[in-house]
Amino acid sequence: MARNGKANGKGNAKLAAVWVGKKLKRKEDPRLIQGTSHYTDDLKLPRMLFCAFTRSPMAHAEIRAIRTDAARALPGVVGVFTAHDLTGLGMVPCAIQMPGLNLPPHPVLATERVRYVGEPVAAVVAENLYTARDAAEAIEVDYEPLPVVVNMEKALEKDSPVIHQQFRTNRAFTHALKNGDIQSAFKKADRVVKQRVINQRLAPVAMEPRAVLGEYLPGENRLTVWSATQIPHLLRTQISVMVGLPETAVRVIAPEVGGGFGSKLNVYAEEGLVPWLAMKLGRPIKWAETRRENITSTIHGRDTINDLELALKKDGRILGLRVRILADMGAYHQLLTPLIPQLTALMQAGCYKIPAIDIEIQGVFTNKMSTDAYRGAGRPEATYNIERIMDVAAHELGMDPVELRIKNFPQAKEFPFTTVTGLVYDSAKYQESIKRALRLSGYDSLRRRQKSGWKNGKYYGVGVSTYVEICAIGPSAATPAGGWESGTVRIEPTGKVTVLTGASPHGQGQETTFAQLIADELGIHPEDVNVVHGDTLAVPYGIGTFGSRATAVGGTAAYLATQKLKTKMARLAAHLLGAKPADISFGRGRLSGKGSKKSISFGELVMAAYTARNIPAGFEPGLEATHFFEPSNFTFPFGAHIASVEVDGETGEVKIDKYVAVDDCGNVINPMLVDGQIHGGIAQGMGQAMWEELIYNEEGQIVNGTMMDYALPKAHLLPEFTLDRTVTPTPVNPMGVKGVGEAGTIASTPCVVNAVCDALSVLGVKHIDMPLKPERVWRAMQQAQASAQLEPQPNDTPSSSRAKRGISVSEKAARSKA
Amino acid sequence: MQKNVTIDINGQPHRQAVEPRLLLVHFLREVAGLTGTHIGCETSLCGACTVLLDGRAVKSCTVLAVQADGRSVTTVEGLAQGDKLHALQEGFWEEHGLQCGFCTPGMLMCSHDLLANHPTPTSADIREAINGNVCRCTGYQNIVNAVKNASRKMAKRVSARAGAR
Repeated sequence: MARNGKANGKGNAKLAAVWVGKKLKRKEDPRLIQGTSHYTDDLKLPRMLFCAFTRSPMAHAEIRAIRTDAARALPGVVGVFTAHDLTGLGMVPCAIQMPGLNLPPHPVLATERVRYVGEPVAAVVAENLYTARDAAEAIEVDYEPLPVVVNMEKALEKDSPVIHQQFRTNRAFTHALKNGDIQSAFKKADRVVKQRVINQRLAPVAMEPRAVLGEYLPGENRLTVWSATQIPHLLRTQISVMVGLPETAVRVIAPEVGGGFGSKLNVYAEEGLVPWLAMKLGRPIKWAETRRENITSTIHGRDTINDLELALKKDGRILGLRVRILADMGAYHQLLTPLIPQLTALMQAGCYKIPAIDIEIQGVFTNKMSTDAYRGAGRPEATYNIERIMDVAAHELGMDPVELRIKNFPQAKEFPFTTVTGLVYDSAKYQESIKRALRLSGYDSLRRRQKSGWKNGKYYGVGVSTYVEICAIGPSAATPAGGWESGTVRIEPTGKVTVLTGASPHGQGQETTFAQLIADELGIHPEDVNVVHGDTLAVPYGIGTFGSRATAVGGTAAYLATQKLKTKMARLAAHLLGAKPADISFGRGRLSGKGSKKSISFGELVMAAYTARNIPAGFEPGLEATHFFEPSNFTFPFGAHIASVEVDGETGEVKIDKYVAVDDCGNVINPMLVDGQIHGGIAQGMGQAMWEELIYNEEGQIVNGTMMDYALPKAHLLPEFTLDRTVTPTPVNPMGVKGVGEAGTIASTPCVVNAVCDALSVLGVKHIDMPLKPERVWRAMQQAQASAQLEPQPNDTPSSSRAKRGISVSEKAARSKA
Repeated sequence: MQKNVTIDINGQPHRQAVEPRLLLVHFLREVAGLTGTHIGCETSLCGACTVLLDGRAVKSCTVLAVQADGRSVTTVEGLAQGDKLHALQEGFWEEHGLQCGFCTPGMLMCSHDLLANHPTPTSADIREAINGNVCRCTGYQNIVNAVKNASRKMAKRVSARAGAR
């Protein structure tokens, strides 16, 4: 692996990479494939009680009375709690501060009002799970219904019901990002392309539902909380504030965590309440979310309405972009809720040179569960906006969408590239990834297939998305809670290595990749490197795993801690070998001096550091180093995806025929794991494009709140993905790694929608909102056909005329292709 | 009301008086202490709780413990023979067929049923067979590869045994 860093410790001559770059099988897997790992709900403590919640069935109502007698009377019920019983327990936190933000109080259990279906109203604690659930059902709540608003545009109307009366509006915030002369851009434009696109509400549905186990030991004054979380340290800080214990008395453990996708990058009511109840009752208490609760009461993703206007010259050069976004917050702000649409604004220019931009966002309260970070968190929305409007523009200009994109890319030599939104993109070769994707997909032959298909009444389409995303979050100045990460490397007396990382992987495989990285640095085997994470008592304060940051920021911290150690080891080796520290080199399991025949084994040196009988003056015994890595910038992975689809003209059913992805996440530590991230990401983005949509009706009820109705991607629905990559290292960290966790999701959603709209462009279909369910696609085809029939078309059947038009567009596109 | 049940789990009999409404998955996890079988939805839609009941894959969240009385159950903990992993476990490991691991036990048991009845499935067969098991991490491609990997290994072992005879 070529590293373009300058952060190596002095005298730390580089070893050739042995493990980095290898498809090493994961160290995590033996326990996972044998069922011997422990997720939170697998844990059982002596005298443990079970918790269950009574949740609001109403989207907006006043609570008139809560009757708990029947619940309390059930044998095995230990306690029933409503908001009145929670004196001393703090609110559910939101970490975002911004001017003009309406930040409503967010009680752990609803006080006088409920504001969304699934809001917790009462908690039951019982000797076993079945009793707890029986009791939760036995609680009777009198609700006085209030008018409900679920539609953002209606919520902003003057006569709308107001969800938080103190604000007298449902507007949560407004946020603007403007740069360049937008008015002159639109004045000078040959063509202005407009489109409204809706980014529907999604449920993250990590396979492991959330779970919390709290245990309080009064003698030690120690509260231990096991939680399915992506952010154990941030959670510890927040729990300590909520329950009123000093942070030093709280230990959070994220044991095995079964996926997160942002949904566990949060601090939930239950994560404060369950430990607090454990303190009050003096017994351990566990709560494991049901899937129904997971869909109503774990954060949702996306839910934005986006009005896009792109100003272009007729040759396709972009002059300006105007974007108006309504972003649904739901009823309350969770940890990062108002931040997410701001990330959309930052990334709205995509990988294009756009001289002027004008973005306005309004956050809106509705009677729904909060939205928050969901795989991509704001960037999929940005990418969807820009990649859809690029395609709409290409079709309106009669250009091939590939050509339009290439025309507006910055050149490789322009990097670091400052965008119109003020970001500095680190490094990229956008031309290279699209070139590869075109070749790999057989783009020209796909276009030929499309043309002949159109002649025969078949709707074949090709979609392209070229994306850039913001990763490795990030410099602290740009984040709400610190953007650094911690890494500690400790070589134990026996020569085994413990790596403590503040990152908190939950499927990403950093126990393996960090071991590969550190093994190469120290000249040892990855088997001898044990990566520890997710325990705040063991690991120095860290930020966590989200935003494709764990390797780029957390891995760098561990890497730099290792460099400190190597410097120290070189000093001790020099002392023992009678050489200069700068001349010490690290070999496989040995350290030697320059030109010297004398060398010392890794094990002997480590032992010498611990026995400390023969050490240089002032040498600190032991071998442990910590580094808190503060990145100087984000990283900006990028790539080009191409999808081809066939749409059934009779039913509107979409079949994904081919999917090709060329991604660039900088240097790669374990290609097998990187590909796995891309696969999963593509599937998740495809899920949004094709099937997933969480629907609230006008009464604020979720109408598809089970895994039967909420259409997740299943194996038989997905195509085989063909992957390739380019490698453009980032200068932001010494390993040159960028991050890959969200790339697939960000790229694939617009790619698939572009393909379907491309297939139907021959009918005059301009845009279809997601998900592209057969019914919706069919309706769009019918509408387009109906409006085409209104056009005068003498001597020609509508369909043959459309086919001819389609062919001419396609030929033009082929001619103009770069 | 309680009912005595005896369920053979991975070759060990487990006898317990249970509520008639107790789900098999809760019997496995709470009574037998085998937490490798996961609960992902409690509505038989996600497949995380898939186990073998008398050799056939079932979703243990929609089987009552009393229905399993006198029958035998194999869970993920029963797949390996001592230190020797099952070919499916090797396949999932080698092909990176898992990330967070939560769906994995169910995927393994469902694939076990497939290979028992259909030793050389195509990709399409595998995708069809696991379509009642949801994975949110992998996009399924490496799961398909993992099952194929296991199928190849098992075929090789069968032919090696046949050759030895």
